[in-house]
Amino acid sequence: MSLFKRSYGASPLHLIAHLAAFAIAAYAIAQIVRGGTVVNFIAWFVGAAFLHDFVFLPLYSGLDRLARHRTRGRRGPATVPVINHVRVPALISGLLLLVYFPLILGLAERRYFRATGHHLEGYARNWLLITAILITGSAVLYALRVRRAHV
Amino acid sequence: MARTLSVGYPSGMSDRALKERAARRRPWARDSKGAPRRAPPGPFQPGFWRSPLRGPWLTSFLGTMLGVLVLIVAATGLISQSSYQPQLQHNSPFGSSGVIGPLLALPAWSPSWLYAVTQGLHITVGLMAIPLLLAKLWSVFPRLFAWPPARSPAAIVERASLLLLVGGSVFEFVTGVLNIQVFYPWHFNFVRAHYYGAWVFIAAFAAHVLVKLPVVARAYRERGVLKPLRDDLVHTRLEPRDPDGLVALSPARPTLSRRGLMALVGGASLTLVAVNVGESVGGSLRRLALLAPRGRVFGTGPNDFQVNKTAATAGVVAAASDPAWRLRVTGVRTLTLSRRALMSELPQRSHTITLGCVEGWSTTQHWTGVRLADLAALVGAPAGASVLVQSLQNGGGYSQLTLAPAQLNDPRTLLALCVNGADLSLDHGYPARIIAPAIPGVHCLKWVKSLTFASV
Repeated sequence: MSLFKRSYGASPLHLIAHLAAFAIAAYAIAQIVRGGTVVNFIAWFVGAAFLHDFVFLPLYSGLDRLARHRTRGRRGPATVPVINHVRVPALISGLLLLVYFPLILGLAERRYFRATGHHLEGYARNWLLITAILITGSAVLYALRVRRAHV
Repeated sequence: MARTLSVGYPSGMSDRALKERAARRRPWARDSKGAPRRAPPGPFQPGFWRSPLRGPWLTSFLGTMLGVLVLIVAATGLISQSSYQPQLQHNSPFGSSGVIGPLLALPAWSPSWLYAVTQGLHITVGLMAIPLLLAKLWSVFPRLFAWPPARSPAAIVERASLLLLVGGSVFEFVTGVLNIQVFYPWHFNFVRAHYYGAWVFIAAFAAHVLVKLPVVARAYRERGVLKPLRDDLVHTRLEPRDPDGLVALSPARPTLSRRGLMALVGGASLTLVAVNVGESVGGSLRRLALLAPRGRVFGTGPNDFQVNKTAATAGVVAAASDPAWRLRVTGVRTLTLSRRALMSELPQRSHTITLGCVEGWSTTQHWTGVRLADLAALVGAPAGASVLVQSLQNGGGYSQLTLAPAQLNDPRTLLALCVNGADLSLDHGYPARIIAPAIPGVHCLKWVKSLTFASV
């Protein structure tokens, strides 16, 4: 092993690639900072990752763990665990809410009206509708699978 | 059950041998007396993470698919940036793009719908990538708590780049997703931050791909690219233990196979696409766009299609409906033309043109009006001139902009007066608006007041 690799812990290419990336990133961040509102930008840049790592991921893992505990033992036929029939609709519905919460909760009504000439309406209804379809579909599928396993 | 899963690692090393080898390799993991430093409790403990699905193959597979989608989103984003022609006056909300980029541009002969396609892809593929990004982050999450936090200078460097990678990716997706819903809970300029934020992400992404390529190649070589997807739940086994510690030391019983996880991720991606893509594709699909910001279906009248910025919002209702409106065209000489003169004294051209918004939605309509090139000739504009277009809107974003010579000379570029055989409505730009092929919709300026042709 070369001296460089021993002391640095990876090949020179590793260092060069990262230095190049840091240089580009530093330039790009400087351009954003030039537009003012430095603190707000950094808060969003770091905050978004922080929110994902320490709020969002623990939250959905925790809910998943809870769901697994609640459904333990209710396995029905061995090949048809109920947990995934809870997981799938819950995760997809939750994801839709995560992505479309400004429309669903009507957070930008004024701006939306100014842009489109229409009021923000129907999104909460549509989200509930999709959620209902997902839950129903998942339940029907579960019932079918259980039946097939019993036959 | 958990025990049966943890036996039989092909690497052939026991827990103890692995630990000892690891300790020899990283002297900084020992304190001053030579005793191994203990990791803090909780997530820092190697046994804390229990999902039996995590491992180098899973992360490689998610990363490969995410990587492909990211490349499409990055390329279409760069195309959009160059389509704004930010080097021309008034065109970019934050000046030129600096020394990096734009690198990719649409050719001048593009079909009119090409920008709508690339930008529709930017939004659609971006939405599609969200579940993959979340799954990818989940798959490597234990690494955030690796102990000791850095084992070498290289590891410190890599962790710093991961902050840029994770911060950059989440920042880009969050700002993009909120922008298409016209929700701006921040103080910075969205376009500037989203564009340069993308460069932070792209730079960190490139370094990450370069460094991880051998890890991915090894995972595929050892496990096969698709083979782990063949296992159903009963046959779902741990991956062999890996040096990065992704594979759980005390795994729980699997409740989902790897292909089940991929089906969940893929299903989530397809759902996001299904509820949104109708606003990009249009037609009857628009009715399926249940959550798309621009999924509304209008009536069947000639002016019944998506509006971006109403006449009332632009504050032009009085000026635009004033019969005394005249278009001021300036080249070598200046002409003022009434709407009637524009319609009766100049050749009328019609083109079916797709307007594509940077927010990903689009609309295809049949436009009629005067060729911009004809107006340029009328006032003796110099060859190779660009044109400054000003609207009746008094200040504010996109109240004026510059069209490049190639755009101006394109025979499909119109000063449109009618749409689908009827006069433009006020919200669609009456008395006259720009219609040009394959440019961001917002550059098809409405309520035009004056055209000034000048050499660049």
